[in-house]
Amino acid sequence: MKMAQKPLGFMLISTAIIFLLFLVMQPLEVLHYRESLAVLFPKGLIGIEQRNLLLIIQALMLIVIIPVYILTFIFSWRYSAHHTDATYDPDLVDNKLAEFVWWGVPLVMTLIIGTLTWVKTYELDPYKPIASDKKPLTIQVVALQWKWLFIYPEEQVASLNFLQFPENTPLHFVITSDAPMNSFWIPDLGGQIYAMPQMKTELNLIANTTGDFRGSSANLSGEGFAGMHFIARSSSEEAYQKWIASAQAGYTLDAPTYTELAKPSQDNPVTLYHLGESSLFDQIIMKYMHPVKL
Amino acid sequence: MLGRLTFEAFLHEPSQNFAVLMMTLSGLAILGWITYLRKWKYLWDEWFTSVDPKRIGIMYIVVALLMFMKGFADALMMRLQQAFASGDVSGILSAGHFQEVFSAHGTTMIFFVGMGVVFGLMNLIVPLQIGARDVAFPFLNTVGFWLFAGAANLTVISLAIGHFSTAGWLAYAPLSGLEYNPGEGVDYWIWMVQIAGVGSTLSGINFLVTILKMRCPGMTFMKMPIFVWSALCSMVLVVFAFPILTATLVMLTMDRYLGMHFFTAGGGGNPMLYINLIWAWGHPEVYILILPAFGIFSEVVPTFSEKRLFGYTSMVWALILIAFLSFIVWLHHFFTMGASPLVNAFFAVMTMLIAIPTGVKIFNWLFTKFRGRVHFTSPMLWFFAFVLNFSVGGMTGILLSSPPVDFQVHNSLFLIAHFHGMVIGGLLFGFFAGFTYWFPKFTGFFLDEQLNRYAFWCWLTGFLLAFMPLYMLGFMGATRRLDHYEAATGWQPLFVIVAIGAVLILIGALIQFFGLFWSIRNRKKLWAGSDPWNGRTLEWAIPSPPPIYNFAIVPTVDQLDPLWAMKRGQLNLFNQPYEDIHLPKNTPIGLMIGFLSMTFGFAMTWHIYWLALLSFLAIIACIVIRCSGKDEHAIIPAAEVKKMEAAYKS
Repeated sequence: MKMAQKPLGFMLISTAIIFLLFLVMQPLEVLHYRESLAVLFPKGLIGIEQRNLLLIIQALMLIVIIPVYILTFIFSWRYSAHHTDATYDPDLVDNKLAEFVWWGVPLVMTLIIGTLTWVKTYELDPYKPIASDKKPLTIQVVALQWKWLFIYPEEQVASLNFLQFPENTPLHFVITSDAPMNSFWIPDLGGQIYAMPQMKTELNLIANTTGDFRGSSANLSGEGFAGMHFIARSSSEEAYQKWIASAQAGYTLDAPTYTELAKPSQDNPVTLYHLGESSLFDQIIMKYMHPVKL
Repeated sequence: MLGRLTFEAFLHEPSQNFAVLMMTLSGLAILGWITYLRKWKYLWDEWFTSVDPKRIGIMYIVVALLMFMKGFADALMMRLQQAFASGDVSGILSAGHFQEVFSAHGTTMIFFVGMGVVFGLMNLIVPLQIGARDVAFPFLNTVGFWLFAGAANLTVISLAIGHFSTAGWLAYAPLSGLEYNPGEGVDYWIWMVQIAGVGSTLSGINFLVTILKMRCPGMTFMKMPIFVWSALCSMVLVVFAFPILTATLVMLTMDRYLGMHFFTAGGGGNPMLYINLIWAWGHPEVYILILPAFGIFSEVVPTFSEKRLFGYTSMVWALILIAFLSFIVWLHHFFTMGASPLVNAFFAVMTMLIAIPTGVKIFNWLFTKFRGRVHFTSPMLWFFAFVLNFSVGGMTGILLSSPPVDFQVHNSLFLIAHFHGMVIGGLLFGFFAGFTYWFPKFTGFFLDEQLNRYAFWCWLTGFLLAFMPLYMLGFMGATRRLDHYEAATGWQPLFVIVAIGAVLILIGALIQFFGLFWSIRNRKKLWAGSDPWNGRTLEWAIPSPPPIYNFAIVPTVDQLDPLWAMKRGQLNLFNQPYEDIHLPKNTPIGLMIGFLSMTFGFAMTWHIYWLALLSFLAIIACIVIRCSGKDEHAIIPAAEVKKMEAAYKS
């Protein structure tokens, strides 16, 4: 080797310090931002279950990652060219036992994580209703350019860029889009599902506490996409009923109003509607099923 | 006459006008400089018309580095925008311009930087490592390169004329359909990706056949260097995956140009089919990029540990397994589409299986160091950073592959942090390691080691600062591609840290570019000789830079690491007499096809149909002329070869 050797210790120690700093920084960051870390400190059952799975998988992975880190540093130090006293065996190219270990260990870990994931994928299927003694509240979600329309079919109301629901009540979202694909995501409550034109997806969530949660679109849908965030308010039953009453006294949402609303616009204020067209949601999906006019 | 091309296409926001002006000026300056030095004939004869894979490899890397500057400028703009655009501040870019910038960033980095460095290194190294004088289809090789270069040029043109796509680097339908994106942006994207993609398919076929048919006597599959194995697996993926991309783009083209309904919302189209198809190509694509990086590390680690690779057979099978699995995991990019738990669970488990061979590779690299003599030259520093970052990226990858977890982090900045950890920490660090390692082979001199080290520290800290906070932002619910966010989210401090990290990476990249020029200036002092690292494989057995015919005598091998065997006196590599060497003649037709394809793409983008038709016919004419040519080879007589070899030895 013609290259000049730099002190190896310096290099290993600085790398270790840099990585340690980041390792220490992450928990501090978590502590500092715990109020806004929706995924790690969710406010709904589904979110909590998903967070728990995340932490379990993370812990299992660390069982493999930490030894890799330690070995990386130890081997770099022990077998550096400076250490002439270390064993040198250039033709050590194979060791059956060792190879079995590192095909075997990741295999076992993967089987454990895979089984866990398999079970949890069924358990946390977004289409699966949440068991509760309360009747689930159905909310129809329509992604528009570039705002969210929430329709409450049983209450016959609708709301733009805002939704409210009682705490501890299962929420059954039925989702579509009258725009390019979006993704409906309220991280405080749990995972997202795509909102796709001419398709209907479902998502079941529940809020364990009251509070205002930020929701947004997680998939690029055009120019006003960044402004597609809304407040999901979990409130007491009384406050929710009051809100429904105020919505019923709001503007009427019928077919012409909807057509006007569906045109591209940005930063729309929260608006409450009384539903004038009860099958509006189905009509939005069916819109794409009609034959094209030639 | 000019289709939809009007004067408005040249009008942009001030920031972009400035960039276009600087780009045009620096372009003109370079052209003027070449004219002043009277180097046009040299460039034309020795480079532009060359069919020598060594020359083509260097040209690939030059284009890739130029495109890296553009892609990186995009990244910096995005990060600066996000550091400022919170609350009432709207930042430096409008929403539309911001969306152009991130779409261009992804397209540039994957198609022109990633693919460019992969094909560049393969052109330079694969023929040398298998003891071949050339590739199987030298003409196909130049066509592949010039299609790549033409498409890259189209990207640059789109900066000055008209607008780029705002639909993201994969142009998801229906956003990329005519209804939601009537402008020229998506068309630009379609044609540059289509042209580059066809180029990749051609190059892929060329290297697949080269590796299968052109190995030197005695080099059976299990005696191939591991980098060649990684290239083989990667090229199999290219040949299988890129036709899917081509077909998908053709369907999108028909939707946009002929009013068809493959991927439209309504009219019987199915946008979700597009997402399935694009990822059926897209997932193998990321392995096309990462497998060669694995190959590079498998060469770098043994060489700088003065040892042979630990567990060669395992490494080969791990590559094959990863290549196979990469075709049956595409659905993990859209678990959130609402498929049944059975479908999601299947793809989740398939994805997790990839962790097994990848883990095996990491352990084998580590145990290659075991009982070795590890030299911490800069390629090893990159490997060191790769292991540390790739492990984190792998861990977050497993989290993303579990559907219930994915629902909470999909399309958030967590995802961005994950795949940049893989692409930068894997492919880019791998390329830096390979570039530093093989640089003395194809130039004859070293890269300046001290500058490399400074660059490394900037990259490592910059990378961690720029991407670790993104994991946290993802947990806070920050989604990707936001040009603006509310102040109440509290994200701004983290975005500022991220921007600082990006600036630090910029410093690292600038040091690297400076180091490249510095090393070229001081090449006499940095002269390396033919085998500076005590290499094990065939490329180090010939002079640096290699003669045009690579091997004066085709080597005969009977084991792995043949050069080591020769150094120990176990093997006589060059036991044949000198012979006449047939080499393909230079041809300008590759360049012409590349240029005409660019014109075709430009004409189609702006609906200038006469020009499109003209370019298309001219391409056909080029192919006909080439196919009817007879005298395609030049012969270097044995006596001449002997003379040249003697000159190299003295």
